[in-house]
Amino acid sequence: MPHDHADHDNHLDPMEARVRALETILTTKGLVDPAAVDEIIDTYAHKVGPQNGAQVVARAWTDPEFADWLRRDATAAIASMGFTGRQGEHMQAVFNTPEQHNVVVCTLCSCYPWTVLGLPPVWYKSPAYRSRVVIEPRAVLAEFGLVLPQSTGIRVWDSTAELRYLIVPMRPAGSDGLDADALAELVTRESMIGTGQAKAIA
Amino acid sequence: MNGPHDLGGRMGFGVIAPEPNEPWFHAAWEGRALGVVLACGPLGRWTLDESRHARETLHPALYYGTSYYEIWTRALEALLLRHGLVTERELASGEAEPADPDPRRLAAANVAGVLARGGPTDRAIDAPAKFAPGDRVRAKQMHPKTHTRMPRYLTGHYGVIEVDRGGYVLPDTNAHGLGEHPQRLYTVVFDGADVWGEGAEPGLTISADLWEGYLEHI
Repeated sequence: MPHDHADHDNHLDPMEARVRALETILTTKGLVDPAAVDEIIDTYAHKVGPQNGAQVVARAWTDPEFADWLRRDATAAIASMGFTGRQGEHMQAVFNTPEQHNVVVCTLCSCYPWTVLGLPPVWYKSPAYRSRVVIEPRAVLAEFGLVLPQSTGIRVWDSTAELRYLIVPMRPAGSDGLDADALAELVTRESMIGTGQAKAIA
Repeated sequence: MNGPHDLGGRMGFGVIAPEPNEPWFHAAWEGRALGVVLACGPLGRWTLDESRHARETLHPALYYGTSYYEIWTRALEALLLRHGLVTERELASGEAEPADPDPRRLAAANVAGVLARGGPTDRAIDAPAKFAPGDRVRAKQMHPKTHTRMPRYLTGHYGVIEVDRGGYVLPDTNAHGLGEHPQRLYTVVFDGADVWGEGAEPGLTISADLWEGYLEHI
C-alpha cells in the first residue's frame, strides 16, 4: 500500500504510516505473520501486567515460606506462580524496610521486569526519569508524592544487565485481617518499581 | 559507547510527569511496532544486545526527540537493512516482492510459548571468580566506541562487591556478532557521596550489575 507510506498522507500520522509500511513489507516477504503480532499485542494488553507482580507481593506478605523463597531465588519462586519468560528470565526481589527504600531504573535503556509488571510506562522509559533518579532520587520520589524520612536510606538499582528487579513494598499498617486477594489490590505498579508505596487502608 | 542512551546523572530533561491511568499504547501503531519488533527476534538474525546497540546508535536528536516505540521502529529498520532482510528501496516504497514464509517466522500459535520461555543469558563458566562479596573494587575508566553496559556515571568510581551472580553473556562482544564470551557478573554497590561528591543527596547508595572485565582490584 504505497499510498499509505508517504509522509504527506492525509489520513495517517507519519509513524502510523511508517509502521504499517514496515509490517506490510515484512508480511509480504514471509518474515512476520500479522496474526503473531496480534497475539503479542493481546498478551501485553490483557494477560501480562502489574496484576502478576501484585499477586507475588501479596503472597510474600501472607506466606513467610514463600517470602523466604522469593528472597533466596526470586526466579524460581515467581515461576512457581506461572510468571516466566521474556524480560523476567533472571529475577531478584528486593524488600523495602523502614531503614531502606529501594527504587529501580535502567539508565542505559528501559530494562523492566515484564513478566511481573508488563510493559513499562512512558515515564519509566523517559530521559527525565533515567537521568535523574540516580542522582536525586528524593526529589524524583517527591514528584510521585512519596516523601521519605531523612532517616530512611535510598538504594537505587540500575538494571545494567539481565537481572530484573521486583520491589516488595512494605505491607500497609492495619491490613492484618486481609487475605492475599484483598492485599493484592493494595499493591500498585509504582510500589513495585519503588516510586510509590502500597496503598494505605482506607 | 558514550551515546545518547547513557543518561545517568545528565540534566535538563525536566519533570517526570507520570500519566494517571496510562494506556498500554497511545496509538495503534505503538502496539504494532512492539509486535513487529518482538516477532522479528525469533528470525534469529541478531541478538538482544545488537538490538540495544542499534537503538543507542540512532542520532541523538532522534533518540531524544521521539517516543520509545519510534526508537524501536527505527532501530528495527536498521537491523533489517544490516542483515539483508529488507532493502532501502523496499522501505522507501512500502512494497516488496512476495516470498515464501521464512522457516523461522514466528507463528501466532507459538507466541505464548516463545514469550514464556524468553531468552536466558546465564552461562556456566569454569574460571574462578576474580572478586568476592565484600571486596572493594573500582569501575574501570573506559570509554569504548562499541556497545557496553558500563554506565558512564560510574566509571572510575569505587564500589563494593555485594553478590557474585555467576556467568552471563557479555554484551560488549555479543552486540557485535563477536560471540557470547560469558563473564562473571557482580552486583556492585556505590556510595552516592562518592559518585556525585559535593551536594549529593544524603543516604544514597546505587548498585549496578557489572561484568568482571569492567572492574579492577584496588
